[in-house]
Amino acid sequence: MAGILVYALHDDEGNFNKNSLGAISEAAKLAGEIGGDAAALVVGGIADDACAGLGKYGAAKVYRAKTVPEGLAQPIVDAMAKVITDEGISYALFGGGLLGFEIGAGLTARLNAGVTMEVTEVKVQDGKLVSERPILQDSQIADVGYVGEIGIIISRLNAFDIKETGGSAEVVDVEVELSPWSTKATMVQRGEQRGADVNIEDADILVGGGRGLGAAEGFKLAEELAESMGGAVAATRAVVDAGWYPYAAQIGQTGKTVAPKLYLAAGVSGAIQHKVGMQNSENILAINKDPNAPIFEFSDLGVVGDLHKIVPKLTEAIRAKKAG
Amino acid sequence: MKICVLVKEVPDAAVQKRIDPSTMRLDRGGEKNLNPFDTHALEAAMQIKEGGAIPVEEVVAVTMGPGSAVRALHKAVALGADRSVHLSDDALSGSDVCATGYSLAKVLESESPDLVLLGQQSDDGECYTIGAVVADHLQMPSLTQVIKIDVNDGKLRCERQAEYGYDTVEVELPAVISVGDAINEPRYPSLKAIMGAKKKPLDTKATGDVGIDDGMVGEAGSKTTVLALNPPPAKEAGEIIEDEDTNETVEKIVAWLDERKLI
Repeated sequence: MAGILVYALHDDEGNFNKNSLGAISEAAKLAGEIGGDAAALVVGGIADDACAGLGKYGAAKVYRAKTVPEGLAQPIVDAMAKVITDEGISYALFGGGLLGFEIGAGLTARLNAGVTMEVTEVKVQDGKLVSERPILQDSQIADVGYVGEIGIIISRLNAFDIKETGGSAEVVDVEVELSPWSTKATMVQRGEQRGADVNIEDADILVGGGRGLGAAEGFKLAEELAESMGGAVAATRAVVDAGWYPYAAQIGQTGKTVAPKLYLAAGVSGAIQHKVGMQNSENILAINKDPNAPIFEFSDLGVVGDLHKIVPKLTEAIRAKKAG
Repeated sequence: MKICVLVKEVPDAAVQKRIDPSTMRLDRGGEKNLNPFDTHALEAAMQIKEGGAIPVEEVVAVTMGPGSAVRALHKAVALGADRSVHLSDDALSGSDVCATGYSLAKVLESESPDLVLLGQQSDDGECYTIGAVVADHLQMPSLTQVIKIDVNDGKLRCERQAEYGYDTVEVELPAVISVGDAINEPRYPSLKAIMGAKKKPLDTKATGDVGIDDGMVGEAGSKTTVLALNPPPAKEAGEIIEDEDTNETVEKIVAWLDERKLI
């Protein structure tokens, strides 16, 4: 049987990741075109009805590996490799995120299969899947095909829309024997939140702060500007990892995805990992002293200059305008 | 223990990269540099060696690539590696992620390392995957995108950011760990180290020396094929302002925001 297997990631409360749900919807659409079904793989003790509920997004079958732990890649490689081999599945699809990269890469080795990363679109050519992958800072799109029996597709975050088509999936329990090396990494703590809890997903206006703010204290500038506009402050991974700002405010590959009315990027270079989390903002305004910063390639208004000079004056001007 | 650090030569970030239309591969001519993420992996190796929590006999830099790739190895030994291994063979040219991971695993196997470190991504596009491919071939536990490593009782305690926050994971050795740039601040090589780099041992190996099946590598052994290259969908270019007079710049920004009813 041809068919596409999607890894459905979940958090410790059992909520499925929306990028996984988008990947299931995409798999259902593609499976219809190449012949075969979309299936999902779930690990851990997720309840029957929650698994069957993935049918709503297009999964015909859900394989559940109850004894395989969630959160680390290698045990899940064991589970996916078993299902793909036993069921004769042709493609594995991942909705982006760190675990998708790791599991997909592990499967590449295990199954001697082709892999493409950062995929933004998948199409069908001659009954086979072809991935579109932006390369060289998104300056070109490569169409990549797979040689051999199995292809592995790791998408970029938010590449696929969730489509609720209704239906219920058949739930099949699978017994998975873990490889000896898969049990040699153990989760000590998962999903620790560091720093204050802030809500950036509901804000209409976000000021995003990056390394260009210079230091943790630089965020004061971003906060004052955000306050003048009634918005909130978001951050890049680099500054969160450096401890300048709380994790809850992080946008991008391993952080949150936002689409505010205005995203004002202050000292943000605009690396792909950040771009995927904010590129759907309605208006993007960037202030950066480096004229070659990638952010200017997808900004509606780009200001080349020193944010330490511009931002305080901008805050003042907006306050004055609002007061007047 | 023995630490192997995978390093890679990449086109300099300041140089415009291009694809050679006749081969659909990255044009690897022009200025080259050691992949910046790999310098963090080397620094992590040096910190484990100098930290003393576990005795480290040797740090070995390993690369795969054409003759010019020895420059990446010279930089790696200048940053502290004791010696280096260069896997170089015409048969490897055009290898995709699957074939590259297999080849690197084979050359690493010949070194029997207790720990393999590498940068989580390379500037020329292979992101996040190589470490996990290599680990599965070597049958070792692995973790990618790690930002903190502590050695405790012969095990590694690693931290990283995953989908739902920070994860702390304990990993037994031998293991393969890829690191992010937040893990450390790489040192600068001393002039003496740069001058001495070419004197440290460098082994060059061909595919046959490390048991690589030539049928599984190169363009013919790869499992993906580039079918076409297209320009991205055109996006209307945004307006750019150079800040010359900040008061004027601010006026323009406010007008722009006002026009869109954002303030």
